[in-house]
Amino acid sequence: MTGFKTPLKIAGGVALASLLLSLPALGQDAAPAEEAAATLSEGVSADVVFILNSFLMILGGILVFWMAAGFAMVEAGMVRTKNVSMQLLKNVSLFAVACLMYYVIGYNLMYPLGNWAMGSDETGGYLGAFGIAVLEAVGITADGADDFSYAATSSDFFFQVMFCATTASIVSGTLAERIKLLPFLIFTAVLTALIYPIQASWKWGGGFLDSQFGFLDFAGSTVVHSVGGWAALAGVILLGARRGKYNADGSVNAMPGSSMPLATLGVFILWMGWYGFNGASQLAMGSVGDVADVGRIMANTNAGAVGGALAALILTAIIYKKVDLTFVLNGALAGLVAVTAEPLTPGLGTATLIGAVGGLIVVFSVPLLDRLKLDDVVGAIPVHLLAGIWGTIAVVFTNPDATLGGQLISIIIVGIFVFVVSFVVWFILKSIMGLRPTAEDEDLGLDKAEVGVEAYPEFK
Amino acid sequence: MKLVVAIIKPSRLEEVRQALNSLDVHGMTVTEVKGYGRQKGHSEIYRGTEYAVHFLPKLKVEIAVDDGIADAVSAAIRDAAQTGRIGDGKIFILDLLAVTRIRTGETGASAL
Repeated sequence: MTGFKTPLKIAGGVALASLLLSLPALGQDAAPAEEAAATLSEGVSADVVFILNSFLMILGGILVFWMAAGFAMVEAGMVRTKNVSMQLLKNVSLFAVACLMYYVIGYNLMYPLGNWAMGSDETGGYLGAFGIAVLEAVGITADGADDFSYAATSSDFFFQVMFCATTASIVSGTLAERIKLLPFLIFTAVLTALIYPIQASWKWGGGFLDSQFGFLDFAGSTVVHSVGGWAALAGVILLGARRGKYNADGSVNAMPGSSMPLATLGVFILWMGWYGFNGASQLAMGSVGDVADVGRIMANTNAGAVGGALAALILTAIIYKKVDLTFVLNGALAGLVAVTAEPLTPGLGTATLIGAVGGLIVVFSVPLLDRLKLDDVVGAIPVHLLAGIWGTIAVVFTNPDATLGGQLISIIIVGIFVFVVSFVVWFILKSIMGLRPTAEDEDLGLDKAEVGVEAYPEFK
Repeated sequence: MKLVVAIIKPSRLEEVRQALNSLDVHGMTVTEVKGYGRQKGHSEIYRGTEYAVHFLPKLKVEIAVDDGIADAVSAAIRDAAQTGRIGDGKIFILDLLAVTRIRTGETGASAL
């Protein structure tokens, strides 16, 4: 009982002394205290804005990364069992190749920050800067940041590298079940090192589509999704259909996918990843307006998927009398792609309708591709290319800053560039090394022929 | 000895097994097979392409029995597997030349 009286007195004395000693300090620092109060009443400090922007992109990057799992599951579910391991291998390795290429050359090519190799910010940028991606040093303070008004370069790179990998993922679904691994990975390297970053710089890097044509593409209906679609289209033309898919009389043989649960899981994973894909493309979360916009984008993104799924459901029920699950899945994705060009300005109803048109496009164009003997195993061309074009055009309905002319000419320019260059690369690869496995290997299944790991070894 | 081979609808397996149990027949081998007789297949539609599925899933049940009970076994299988609709299946009875129990080496009727 007597033990703590003395320490208590000492503690009390120290506290009082501290208070008395600090009073003059408070007096001297009166001005900064007022400034701090002024900043707080206006919004948040510049530090916090930087932090929140960077955080948004860190979180968004993680979500967009997760889309790689979505693509892998969709494709694994839509191919036959004998090709599942190969499809998974393509997904993992293309992701790695894409990230490496983007680090080595793609990032600076896409974001030259005014240092164009060809062109300029004012008159139009055409070819960006060459150099590997360099992040800020460890443990920077505000004046060590590359762009303190924006976000950490690390968060920006981390977010953007995932977009590059997403573009590459689109191509693997279309060309499944009859392409060799090596030419596919070589094409992926060219796509992610050069094709994607160059056309992306024309818009997001401040290039000529942005400065000269007022092109608007918020999160990449054209820049990401249609690019993947054009590359896939060029590939599927040169690759040819799977053996036995189309008969001489024009009839089509169905090749049902091996796992509807995986395909469905994949779509839900992509749907979730899209919240980062679109939401974090606001690139800012440090103000009331920005964070409200991010929420709005996420709600609209969801609405797009909803519209696409329902449209596909209703349409297949009417046309085929049975609802095709794979169409509903494709429809949801097409809806997501459709709102990606402008997920901020529409209202929830409009976003749903824009997505619904995406779903319509898918249901009508999948059989159309079959009639043209373009064997797209997962429907990536309808979902990413056609719905991507629609979404880019639809911007003019809700965003007054967009012009139909600007949107259309940008679609055409990007389309010609990506399709032609992709076609040339696929053609060279086809001539040098061939794209297809042998007929025997294709019949045996790529898992046994090229991978050596069966996906379902006990299932005979 | 006889080998009774029955192609039945998969949904009737449990009834067939119980019917054979009550005849004191306790061994059988079941294989998953595909086939058709007069039962037409059905058509499915995948991504806008209609295709016919000709072969239907069935089960093949094989039982090795004494000559004396072959007919009774066949009748029991028929009663248990019948639904009255097309696709109920068929029962074949084949001559069985020899049987060996692997564990003990017994042959003939005592190996059944």
